[in-house]
Amino acid sequence: MILQGLAFYLFASITVAAGVMVVTSRNPVHSVLFLILAFFNAAGLFVLMGAEFLAMILVVVYVGAVAVLFLFVVMMLDINFVQMREGFLQYLPLGAMIGLILLVELVLIGGAWVVSPEAGGLAAVPAVPAGELHNTRAIGNVLYTDYVYLFQAAGLILLVAMIGAIVLTLRQRAGVRRQSIAEQTARTRAEAVEVKEVSTGSGV
Amino acid sequence: MADVINFFSDFFYNNPYGQVAFPFVKIFAILIPLLLAVAYLTYAERKVIGAMQLRKGPNVVGPFGLLQPIADAVKLLFKETILPAGANKIVFIMAPMLTFVLAMIGWAVIPFNATLVLADINVGILYLFAISSLGVYGVIMAGWASNSKYPFLGALRSAAQMVSYEVSMGFVIISVLLLVGSLNLSDIVMAQQGSYGIFSWFWLPMLPMFVIFFISILAETNRSPFDLPEGESELVAGFFVEYSSMPFALFFLGEYANMILMSAMTAILFLGGWLPPFDIAPFTWIPGPIWLFAKIALVLFCFLWVRATFPRYRYDQLMRLGWKVFLPFSLFWVVLTAGVLVAFDMVPNS
Repeated sequence: MILQGLAFYLFASITVAAGVMVVTSRNPVHSVLFLILAFFNAAGLFVLMGAEFLAMILVVVYVGAVAVLFLFVVMMLDINFVQMREGFLQYLPLGAMIGLILLVELVLIGGAWVVSPEAGGLAAVPAVPAGELHNTRAIGNVLYTDYVYLFQAAGLILLVAMIGAIVLTLRQRAGVRRQSIAEQTARTRAEAVEVKEVSTGSGV
Repeated sequence: MADVINFFSDFFYNNPYGQVAFPFVKIFAILIPLLLAVAYLTYAERKVIGAMQLRKGPNVVGPFGLLQPIADAVKLLFKETILPAGANKIVFIMAPMLTFVLAMIGWAVIPFNATLVLADINVGILYLFAISSLGVYGVIMAGWASNSKYPFLGALRSAAQMVSYEVSMGFVIISVLLLVGSLNLSDIVMAQQGSYGIFSWFWLPMLPMFVIFFISILAETNRSPFDLPEGESELVAGFFVEYSSMPFALFFLGEYANMILMSAMTAILFLGGWLPPFDIAPFTWIPGPIWLFAKIALVLFCFLWVRATFPRYRYDQLMRLGWKVFLPFSLFWVVLTAGVLVAFDMVPNS
């Protein structure tokens, strides 16, 4: 129990510290690396709660794929740090005002927060009794039966996003030489090579 | 002898200090043979490729050149560690450490036989997949922190390559999991135990997936013919150009340890893990771990064989193979496997 508590505070404090570093560090690549650290420790917290499937999926999807592409893009940005810090004082009042508004909004929302009255009842009676199934199977049982339409809807939204990204970036340019593998492998000797009889001294 | 065993079992199971120390003893019992295996894999690589090219390979240091890996390690150890002036120091030093650590921690879940496993977790295969997908960070961080052109290009290539091949690897793993009905590595091995011995293992019913998986792990570990991140003919040595001495050695060890880890994954998913090829007398005398090591060695030999045989892929062909050939085919195979299992009512653990 003590070990679990220690591990919780270790993971939690590193997550929070890494989160702070994401927004405060000057170098954007360092920010992304701290973000990865935060993801990783969040996965550790999931493991402590017994949700090992979610922890692994978090690492595979967010750390292994999303953050790689993120890092990929950030590394290629050509950022001039001196220029970026220029005019910090000039924009400070505006930034402070936006921050203040957000803070007030958060406080208002937090003050009016009501936990759904059904939530307590749902938590008391889990869909799958604890300890009977491991949670990979439990998630599958719920996700593909009760919530199958929502699951499909999420899939459709992602599909639309993917098609949108492709449509936005696809450019049809004239005069681009493309390699067609099928055409290449379908070539025969007859159409690729021509044998010519060249008489000495005259050239082709 | 019995006294000694009794003393140790009493210490590790009943003494509170022993209980704390026991996991560390187990970890060292895995890591030290692993590091030795890594050292001798480099030796095996040079010997095998030497033989395939009608050369002798290392044969001067020690009998049959057996001390060559030790000599190489000592040489690297005594070289000067150079930090390039423009490098981002912390990230530059962290990158090789990360690569090395990631190659080591995957071994926590590898089952050596039915009971001999350090951490028998329910999502073992996902853990291995997660670890292997993190490997790309060592390469990207090294390439970026070096602040130099060749490493950066190598890192970009590697990031694109490893992310691409991971997708089809994921589908291969899913199609195997459909046959098993569990994410636990021991369960995956036990599901391959059948009355036909070697022919009940998943390599036969999943033969196309076995081939795709093997090719994908070549790409995932940046081995030839997919070693474009370090393609020395155009990028000098790719992402670790700026590294020297121990940081370089850590990259080197990490790459070879990753090869062994991926071979172990192949052995567990497709070649029946610790199971003997036939369940009859002479085969069952040999203990399970030995069978596992033999299968790992077989896959590793194929790694070296491929390296000595094939020329390097062109980069666009590499991407085409991953996205346009492997991905659709493995996706189709997942659907096919699921369809067959449902149609013939063979879904495991339903």
